[in-house]
Amino acid sequence: MNTMTEAAYLADKTNWQADDHAHHDTGDNTIFGFWIYLMTDCLLFASVFATYAVLFMNTAGGVSGRDIFELDYVAIETAALLLSSITYGFAMIGAHKQNRATTLGWLLVTFALGAVFIGMEVNEFHHLIAEGNGPSRSAFLSSFFALVGMHGLHVTAGLIWMAVMMLEVVKRGLGNQTVTRLSCLSLFWHFLDIVWVCVFSVVYLMGVL
Amino acid sequence: MSLLGNLSLDAIPFHEPIIMITLAVVGLAGIAIAVAITVYRKWGVLWRDWLTSVDHKRLGVMYIVLALIMLIRGFSDAIMMRTQLALATNGAEGYLPPEHYDQIFTAHGVIMIMFMAMPFMIGLMNIALPLQIGARDVAFPFLNNLSFWLSAGGAVLINLSLGLGEFAKTGWLAYPPLSELSFSPGVGVDYYIWALQISGIGTLLTGVNFLVTVFKMRAPGMKLMQMPIFTWTCTWANILIVASFPILTAVLGLLTLDRYLNFHFFTNAAGGNAMMYINLFWAWGHPEVYILILPAFGIFSEVISTFTGKRLFGYNSMVWASGAISILGFIVWLHHFFTMGSSANVNAFFGIMTMIIAVPTGVKLFNWLFTMYRGRLRMTVPVLWTLGFMVTFTIGGMTGVLLAVPGADYVLHNSLFLIAHFHNTIIGGAVFGYLAGFAYWFPKAMGFHLNERLGKASFWCWQVGFYVAFMPLYVLGFLGMTRRLNHTDNPDWNIWLYIACAGAVIILVGIVLQFVQLYIAFRQREQNPDTTGDPWNGHTLEWSTASPPQFYNFAELPRVRDIDAFTDMKEQGIAYQRPASYAPIHMPKNTPSGILIAGAITTFGFAAIWHIGWLAVAGLVASVVFFLLRAYSNDVDYYVQPNEIERTESAYLKQVGVAPLKQEPEEVPA
Repeated sequence: MNTMTEAAYLADKTNWQADDHAHHDTGDNTIFGFWIYLMTDCLLFASVFATYAVLFMNTAGGVSGRDIFELDYVAIETAALLLSSITYGFAMIGAHKQNRATTLGWLLVTFALGAVFIGMEVNEFHHLIAEGNGPSRSAFLSSFFALVGMHGLHVTAGLIWMAVMMLEVVKRGLGNQTVTRLSCLSLFWHFLDIVWVCVFSVVYLMGVL
Repeated sequence: MSLLGNLSLDAIPFHEPIIMITLAVVGLAGIAIAVAITVYRKWGVLWRDWLTSVDHKRLGVMYIVLALIMLIRGFSDAIMMRTQLALATNGAEGYLPPEHYDQIFTAHGVIMIMFMAMPFMIGLMNIALPLQIGARDVAFPFLNNLSFWLSAGGAVLINLSLGLGEFAKTGWLAYPPLSELSFSPGVGVDYYIWALQISGIGTLLTGVNFLVTVFKMRAPGMKLMQMPIFTWTCTWANILIVASFPILTAVLGLLTLDRYLNFHFFTNAAGGNAMMYINLFWAWGHPEVYILILPAFGIFSEVISTFTGKRLFGYNSMVWASGAISILGFIVWLHHFFTMGSSANVNAFFGIMTMIIAVPTGVKLFNWLFTMYRGRLRMTVPVLWTLGFMVTFTIGGMTGVLLAVPGADYVLHNSLFLIAHFHNTIIGGAVFGYLAGFAYWFPKAMGFHLNERLGKASFWCWQVGFYVAFMPLYVLGFLGMTRRLNHTDNPDWNIWLYIACAGAVIILVGIVLQFVQLYIAFRQREQNPDTTGDPWNGHTLEWSTASPPQFYNFAELPRVRDIDAFTDMKEQGIAYQRPASYAPIHMPKNTPSGILIAGAITTFGFAAIWHIGWLAVAGLVASVVFFLLRAYSNDVDYYVQPNEIERTESAYLKQVGVAPLKQEPEEVPA
């Protein structure tokens, strides 16, 4: 060994083995990369928003937003989703404090609120389709179902991810990698909240005007 | 619904002799390759060291192999079109019936843009970019592997369409309402949708990956405005990728809903609006051409700077010109359909914006000229491509400015003038650039030299062939010939169609020479090794590594003080210096996860094309399962030990001929 002494080398070796998966701080990179991905997702939504804006008046003699949107119902849906953002924040506080029970508890509450949101959305879709106002009826309904449905699919994916993360927290605790992943999901979840605020304003509020 | 959805033996075009012969040849070639791999016992190596590799350099090589294979396919389509049009004059029918011909021109466009140019560009970026910024790999090596396999998955689907069913007959843009179910009831458009969608997601992930790499993993000391120019142009291209590919994802998704679930986004009925598709498509499509050309600009800059032995003239203006092109590239999309019927003011805005792009492009051209001025240009193969580009691309740029005049466009829209223009820029710009980069970085990536004479011969065939093939198309455009014609009956056009066909044959020779060059280089690799790692007296950090580079790239991360970091090191006499000690290097392990996930997603795409419900579900579920298995695997990385690094570095430094180092007097080479 021409470089370090054996002892220094071994000390160094234990050093870099001890931090296991946190080495070369990939956590930062992961969150930055995930954030860039979210911006691409944002553009995906923007494209569909633009499509909705172009097509929402093309009702082809069928119903318009004013005829089918029930603001009270959507308000409850919205409240559930906005509340779930706060509860996810509490889960993250728990995660940063390395408190497994708090984290799991709030994740569970968040999951439940998200599930309420999705359940209500599916119910709304079901009603519309049952009444003959499905996406095939007009370009307006196509773009409505696509935009709201795409958001719903994102939330569903978030729920699946959250379920997996709860299992991970149970099995592995709150290691660096797990907290990084929880942070990514956190970004994702809040992002979907912001998108929903736009959906609520552009689709529902402006729709009933 | 049967177990195989809409798939049956009828899907195989037994009645088309051209396709059946092609399939037979491809099948035999495939068997020959498989036998060769078996005989030489290379399956293990292929799987362990290449297909499952997360090493950016190897992925780069695989991307370029993919691009070259698809170049053969795409060019076959091209020469079939040219020969058909040369034969089908004066009302003759030629040998390609319209329904086949329509698939050929669609496949040609899709393949050349998405499966030749994109993988070629991304391959070169993979090989060079992390080395140029002094990084050991990209930010997410596994994701990089997955991106490659998603691109390959898309390529597999588009190639399957040749022997199973059909490809789209819509042109490479798949404009609705023609691409809607009512007018394209077959599987062709579905192949188009899923091939593009899957490979597009791969490209998007590549964009994210390389942006994080550039912003987070530069060598110590390297400021953003010290990144090599190729890295900068790739970075602008990656910004364009993440800003534009989501639009493609969205628009393909909407077309999918129209075709599969009877939505009405772009249909004639129920309030759909086909122009929405066309707008969205070009909001992706126009940035896409800058995604292709900007990295090529970077390659030319590196080549000119290296082979004149001078620092690049106007580095800052080059970076900002690329930025200006990137931003302007997003506000010109409407020039693809001036004839849509927007108001004169709208057309004027997009026309003027389009013309303005010529300004930053002109800045670049002058920067290259001034770099050469009073330099001593070495006439190597990459330089020939660059000079050919500078002349050819300028012509293409000027015809572009001409097309940007809405009034002129009304006459020239969808004529062969347009075809000539964009081939002028994409071949004369992007493809020449990639071939320059191919020759430039080949010794770095492979460790041996290409054959210079064959390389030059290939260049001249391309260069001459290009002019012979495409200048007649400008004339034909002025004579009123429109694109996508299957046969003609205008005697005035004949002579130009014959000349264009001859040009395609000259280009064919150029392509064949490229492959011969590769073959000979590979045969004589022992005689022509690049032992120094720095065959061109390079300026940037990739040349400070061995050829091919050590798998960990840099034993110690280089410290950067200058744009031309390696030149700086050579001038300071600190190149090839051995550090006092080597620290262990953290490396990712190779993994089959990428190939499994992408394979599952490709299976899903195939099942969606043929409406095989159970297989689609299985593919989706499998992709999620494979992803989770990867996410919860602990066996993803390892450390390269200092003694292994020591051995590798010593072997390299000995090869370079560096004397044993002063700071380590006790180290005596064996």
